[in-house]
Formats: sequence, C-alpha cells, structure tokens
Amino acid sequence: MAGVGTLLSGVNLIATIVKMRAPGMKLMKMPVFTWTSLCTNVLIVVTFPVLTAVLAMLSLDRTFGTHFFTSDFGGDSMLYVNLIWIWGHPEVYILVLPVFGVFSEIVSTFSGKRLFGYTSMVYATVVITILSYLVWLHHFFTMGSGASVNSFFGITTMIISIPTGAKIFNWLFTMYRGRIRFELPMMWTIAFMITFVIGGMTGVLLAVPPADFVLHNSLFLIAHFHNVIIGGVVFGVFAAINYWFPKAFGYKLDVFWGKVSFWCWVVGFYLAFMPLYVLGLMGVTRRMSHFEDPSLQIWFQVAAVGAVLIAGGIGSMLVQFYVSYRRRDALRDVTGDPWDGRTLEWSTSSPPPDYNFAFTPRVYDNDTWTDMKRKNYLRPVKDFVAIHMPKNTAAGFVIAGLSAATGFALVWQMWIFAVLGLVATVGAAIIHTFNYKRDYYIPAEEVVVTEAERTRILEAANV
Amino acid sequence: MSEMVLDPAKAGAHGAQDDMPFHVREHHPENGTLLGFWIYLMSDCLIFAVLFIAYAVLGRNFAGGPSGAELFDLPLVALNTGFLLLSSITYGFAMLASQRAKLGTTLVWLAVTGLFGLGFLSLEMFEFVHLIHEGAGPQRSAFLTSFFALVGTHGLHVTFGVIWLVTLMVQLNRHGLTEANTRRLMCLSMFWHFLDVIWIGVFTFVYLMGVLP
Repeated sequence: MAGVGTLLSGVNLIATIVKMRAPGMKLMKMPVFTWTSLCTNVLIVVTFPVLTAVLAMLSLDRTFGTHFFTSDFGGDSMLYVNLIWIWGHPEVYILVLPVFGVFSEIVSTFSGKRLFGYTSMVYATVVITILSYLVWLHHFFTMGSGASVNSFFGITTMIISIPTGAKIFNWLFTMYRGRIRFELPMMWTIAFMITFVIGGMTGVLLAVPPADFVLHNSLFLIAHFHNVIIGGVVFGVFAAINYWFPKAFGYKLDVFWGKVSFWCWVVGFYLAFMPLYVLGLMGVTRRMSHFEDPSLQIWFQVAAVGAVLIAGGIGSMLVQFYVSYRRRDALRDVTGDPWDGRTLEWSTSSPPPDYNFAFTPRVYDNDTWTDMKRKNYLRPVKDFVAIHMPKNTAAGFVIAGLSAATGFALVWQMWIFAVLGLVATVGAAIIHTFNYKRDYYIPAEEVVVTEAERTRILEAANV
Repeated sequence: MSEMVLDPAKAGAHGAQDDMPFHVREHHPENGTLLGFWIYLMSDCLIFAVLFIAYAVLGRNFAGGPSGAELFDLPLVALNTGFLLLSSITYGFAMLASQRAKLGTTLVWLAVTGLFGLGFLSLEMFEFVHLIHEGAGPQRSAFLTSFFALVGTHGLHVTFGVIWLVTLMVQLNRHGLTEANTRRLMCLSMFWHFLDVIWIGVFTFVYLMGVLP
C-alpha cells in the first residue's frame, strides 16, 4: 500500500510538471529542482511497482506458505535479492536526485549567478535516471553471477559517476567568480560537495568487482553508504530546510544555532565515518558486536566521539527551530525574497497566499524572478480577477489513515480487521468519486484585500 | 541570456495581454488526468512484468507436483479468453455510443461488458477452485505459486474493473455524459483494454506455452 501511495504521488507530480507549467516555461526553462523532481518521480513510477509486487510475494511466502523465495518446493531466493535491488538501487537515486536540484538552486542563488551548464545539468540528471536502473547487481557481486555479468554491472556503476561528476563541476564553475554569500544553505552545500566527492570515489572503488569481493559487507561499505547518504541526502535536506523555511513559514531560521548544528554535524560526520573506512580495509564486517583485536579499538572510540558530536548537531538543530520560533518577529521575512532569490517562488509573499500568485507569471528566461527584477518588474496592484482553485478534500487523509490501519492489521495477521480495512479503503475511494464539486473560485475582492495587505507590509518595510 | 527581448506576444500562446508583460490574466492549464492514467497503467504493467519474471524463473519448478500440461484445460481457457476479448469490443461500443451522446445505449453496452467480465471471473474462480481441490494449490510448488500469483493478480484487476464499472454506471445515470464522466469513461476504457492486453500475454505465456512438453 505504501508502494501504491508513493506511486500515485509520482504519477500526480509527473502529470503536473508535464501539463501544468506556467506559460512560456518550456521544459528547458524549468528550474533544475523541477527537473530533478521530474526525473525522481519517473524513477518512482518505474521502480515502486517492483517493490509493491516483491513485498506482496514475500508476504504471501511468509503468511500463506507459498514458494516464491523459499529454499524448498522450487522457490528461488536469488529472485528475491534481484527484485528487491531492482527497486533498491534506483531508490537511492530517488533520495539523492531531488537534493541535487536543491543544491543547484542554492549554489546559483548564493553565488549571485546563473547556474553554470544548465543544459548539461539537465542531461546529467536524465542520464543518472536511466543508468540507475542498470546497476542493481552491484549490491551482490559476491552472489556468483559470473565474470561477464559482474563486469557489465561494474562498468555501468562506474559510468554513473561521470554525470554525477559533471554536476559537481557545474556547481564549482557556478561558484567560480561568483559573489558567494556564506549563508547556512550555502554552507551545507559546500560541506556536501566535499563530502559527497569522497563518498563517490569510494563508490567507484566498490564498483570494481574484485575489490568488492574483499570489501563486501565490510565497514568500508557502511562508511561509503553513510558518506553518500548523510553527506548527500541529509546535508541536502538541511540545506533545503534552511533555504525554503522562510518561504514556508514567513521567518528565517536562527543563524547562530544553525552554525552550531552545522559544525557539530560536519565534524561529527568525519569523525564517525572516516574510521569505518580504515576498519573496513582491516577486515571488520558489519553487524558484529564483538572484536578480539584490541588494536582496532581506537578507531571505534574515535567513531563514538563522532557519533556524540552528531547527536549534538541534531540537538542544536532542534534548538535552532525552537529559538527561531521564539524570535520569529525579529527574523520575519517581509519581502518574500530573503535571499535575493532567482526563481518564481521568491516573487510572492512568505508564506504565500492560498493562490500562490495573484496572476500566473509569464516566463521568458531561466531564473525568471531575476529576469523580472532586472527588467524593473512592478507588482500588479489592481484589476484582480477571481482565481480558480481546487477544493480541499479530506479523502486523501482518510484513505491514508484506513490504509495504515489495514497495513497494521496485515502485519499482525488480524485478518478480520485487515479485510474490513481493505473494504473501507476501497469504499472511501469510491465515495470520493461521488464528489463532483471539486473546485471553487477565490473572489476577486478577497484577492484585492490580500494583495493590499501585502502592499502595506512592503511599504512599511520600505522596499 | 540578457539579450532576450521582452516580447509578450511571442511568449504567450495563452492569450497575450499587452498591459501585463510578466503575467497572464487568466491561465487555464491543460487537464493532466489522461496522461496521468497512462503513466499509472505503464507502472501497473511493471507489476505484471515482475509476476511474469517470477513465472519465467519458477514456472518449470514443479517440485514433483503436477505440471501445466497436466493441469491446464485449454478449451475452458479459450472460452474465458473469448469472454474477455468480447468484453473489450462491447466496451468499445459503449465508447462509440458515448461519443454520439447516447446515454442509454452507453449504459447498455457497459452492462454487457460487465456481464462478460463477471463471466470471465466466474470461469477463473471455477478453475482455481478445481485446481485447489485437486491438490494443486499455490502452496504445492513454486510453479503453482507463480501461476496463481500472475493469473490471480490479473483476476483481481478485473474484479476492481467490474466494481469501477458499476460505480461509473451509477454516476453516469446520475449526472449524464458530463465532461468529468466522459473522462472517467475514457480512463476505465484504457484500464479495460490494458487488462485485455495483459491477458493475451498470460494466455500465451502461461497457458499455451505451459502445455508444451
């Protein structure tokens, strides 16, 4: 059900990006974040059905005694490993592609420049999307598929580092000769670039099948994985939170606690995970509780210090949220454009009104908002019209709740509740289809009031 | 690209307004439902792809149990296939009637389609019950596991299709051939024909090739 839910969101976002762009926004004028979202959702649509199917098959094996993956009655456990990783490997790109987009937006904003190599960035994203579907076997080189199969997947895995490297160079060249502002999102981005390159290089090492036979299941692999997921995805999410928080909530996040969190996280990360590379090379495997060799202990102790620092980073971030909320009036973003942003979301107020834009923007160029500011754009203050809106509905929430209850019942094998839950879920979906009144208009008078209030705030702030 | 000239007439295919170079007064984006539904169908296709793969890998692992050649009753499956193919044709007739704005005829053809769908499901249930009674249930061997999973998942889809069909008939009866209902009719049409295509694969790959020695 989680698979189906994710899948339907993916379908929704693809259709939205393909069909509902602002006039003038050609595909190659979309923000890079939109591109990476599109590619991510394509990956979701092509991989989550596999997860849904394989989880259903595994559940049937475990609860009804069927024989997909069992070792008797003709089942094949290798089939399971293949299928789960056909989903599992693209999944890590589903994680990291959106933050590649985040970094692209942030680097360009805080360097005060257009993104370097927009076209190559888009193509790199598309190539990663395709290649990510062709590398899954590198998770189990040791399964013994033979030299030629291993070589194929080893080579595809190495090739995928090329578009990724192209992205790193694009970000670097965007910064080159830029007027860089070291705000929190930019700091996270730079930490990402350094950390992710290290993780990428150890990934290429692991992609060599003979090397993988030595390193498989060792702490070297664990270090690599955390290196790219923490250094890539987690740092990216933090960058994105710091970047878009004012847009979503109307005030910036506190810088001091943000910096405390940043340094704790970055230093802690290196202390915690770099020793694991060493340990892995010395033959330590994952999921072991006990080691005889005392010479290894110092590395574990260093890693433990790192883990404590990371805990400090998590704590500081929570403090950052709390302090920012307390200081929200001092941190208020009245302009809607706190970073001198380049894309359209910064042209409306923070937080945006329900309708986002009083008039749909017209797009002429990448970095539309910068383009508008350069051409002395004046905010429209009159002649507002009613705005067509989709109505809110509780259906999604209700169906999600019922699905969760059904899933719970299935996990604990409460069959009656599971059947009831399933019937209720389908029933709720059917009931929703009987609702034909799905849109409404925000009257022009209301738009006038909202926009006048914004005019007043902007004038008070004297911008 | 600062050399780009500001030219609203060029940029706006959506009713350019000279007084508003940066905005359009009213924007009507296209409806994405049919595209979205296509994408959904392709992803559903992948669920079947996984089940076909499982059948391809496990389909000859009889584990000492019965094989396809011993179990499959081809005349019955042929009848079943006939039901499903005919239901696709009748759905096509329903679509033709809906395009000529004939609500009554549309409903009649939809009902016929639903009956064919139910016929298909009944025969499939009969086959499954028969197999299980013979001791050839899904737990008997990996072959039967993958067989029941693939054919059963298709049957489950047809079941949902029939539920959807009945729901849509009620809604058509209530609101007529409105824009929303026509769109829904189109989505169900794609779904129904999609199940037909999948069945052709099942029929060929599972039944016809399954009875080969």
